[in-house]
Amino acid sequence: MAKYLLLKHYRGAPDAVNNVPMDRWTPEEVSAHIQYMNDFAARLEKTGEFVDGQALAPEGTWVRYDGEGRPPVTDGPFAETKDLIAGWMVIDVDSYDRAVELAGELSAAPGAGGKPIHEWLELRPFLYAAPTITE
Amino acid sequence: MTPSLDEALVRSLTPRVLAVLVRRGADFAAAEDAVQDALAEAVRAWPTDPPKDPKGWLITVAWRRFLDAARSDTARRRREDRADEEPAPGPVPSADDTLWLYFLCAHPSLSPSSAVALTLRAVGGLTTRQIAQAYLVPEATMAQRISRAKRTVSGVRLDRPGDVATVLRVLYLVFNEGYSGDVDLAAEAIRLTRQLAAAVDHPEVSGLLALMLLHHARRDARTGPDGTLVPLAEQDRSRWDTRSIAEGIGILQAALARDRLGEFQAQAAVAALHADAPTAEETDWVQIVEWYDELVRLTGSPVARLNRAVAVGEADGPQAGLAALAELDPALPRHSAVAAHLHERAGDLSTAARLYTEAALKAPNLPERVHLTRQAARLNTGGDG
Repeated sequence: MAKYLLLKHYRGAPDAVNNVPMDRWTPEEVSAHIQYMNDFAARLEKTGEFVDGQALAPEGTWVRYDGEGRPPVTDGPFAETKDLIAGWMVIDVDSYDRAVELAGELSAAPGAGGKPIHEWLELRPFLYAAPTITE
Repeated sequence: MTPSLDEALVRSLTPRVLAVLVRRGADFAAAEDAVQDALAEAVRAWPTDPPKDPKGWLITVAWRRFLDAARSDTARRRREDRADEEPAPGPVPSADDTLWLYFLCAHPSLSPSSAVALTLRAVGGLTTRQIAQAYLVPEATMAQRISRAKRTVSGVRLDRPGDVATVLRVLYLVFNEGYSGDVDLAAEAIRLTRQLAAAVDHPEVSGLLALMLLHHARRDARTGPDGTLVPLAEQDRSRWDTRSIAEGIGILQAALARDRLGEFQAQAAVAALHADAPTAEETDWVQIVEWYDELVRLTGSPVARLNRAVAVGEADGPQAGLAALAELDPALPRHSAVAAHLHERAGDLSTAARLYTEAALKAPNLPERVHLTRQAARLNTGGDG
């Protein structure tokens, strides 16, 4: 088994095929999209491949250490940030091929006109613990 | 909890037994261990030999366990056994001890998240696993939070009652968490508030209980079949729980009659006016504005001011609502959602659509985000959803 992170981006991914922002869909299309996402996660829970999923607010803060006895420096959010993560799903699957298959299904979530969004999702393998047998 | 014991009985007894031990001078963490030991023994003994007085039985056994543990502990540390010098167990007070436990678990030295966890554990009798599931954190994390909280309050000796307001804030937090996983925190908060109301006579405890019952009554109607949020005005009022509403209103009226108004009574009064309206159109918004005026006077809370602007928009028209809104900080949570709603009612649909989109981006949770996105979508596409 191998764990993969599926990343969905607010910004930073190449343009989707059906690239209409959600607030331009009909309310029914919004609902259909949400339903598809929920069903997808529920199905992965049933197959034992779902680990975790979370949506993130679009606005965050940059923080860094500013030296002993000083409060951390904060900055942002930056409107010009090129890469902005919208959320993630962690899956635990048997193979890379299976991970790609699932990411493809998620990317097929319906959007404007009820047609698949063809959204680009980023698939990132986890680094895993050192194996017991190494030679 | 074990299936062989009556879970409701055990969960109602556990905090009272724990309170008695702590009151007799047992350290909080040690007292909890002793109560758990006593429960384990009850699982063994009760099926064949059920006690006439389960609570007295648990107190006796738990106290013995505590003394045994204290003895071996002190022996290990080669110190004088002080536990032997503890006064003999006296008569067993009940309601008073539970109340005392509420104060301890909501002690101001605890952070809100610790107070919530400890209250659910010690007063609610939930397992650490259940609390962890309810708050979507790993069990080890919750176990650590609870044991730190126990250590924090271990040294606290309450010789007079604490401030009931701190307890109410904790219960309010639990209620607001709603429910996730297999633990219904809203129902648990109602149970704990009911138990508190039985132990202490205070109009704000009644106010909070009424507020919870009135909101809980609308829970089924608040979510559509697809999990989306259904706003108050669009809810199917036949799905509201009328028994819960009647109980909430009764409790609230008795509290208000005592003429010691507080924020929870005022919030409950608003909820009661909504519950009283047979249709959304028949809502008495003028009275609701008056209650929000009281709430603003009592708390000065910006959230109360924001809700007041919504009510003013309904009572005196959207322009009056927008005027009330103009006095508030636009950075307030849900400010743009309220502005969108008022602009829509005022007929400025393009501004409303833009604000709904903005509000969706700022929404603090997914159901609200989806709801607000749908509002924007409805205006942008001329849909009716």
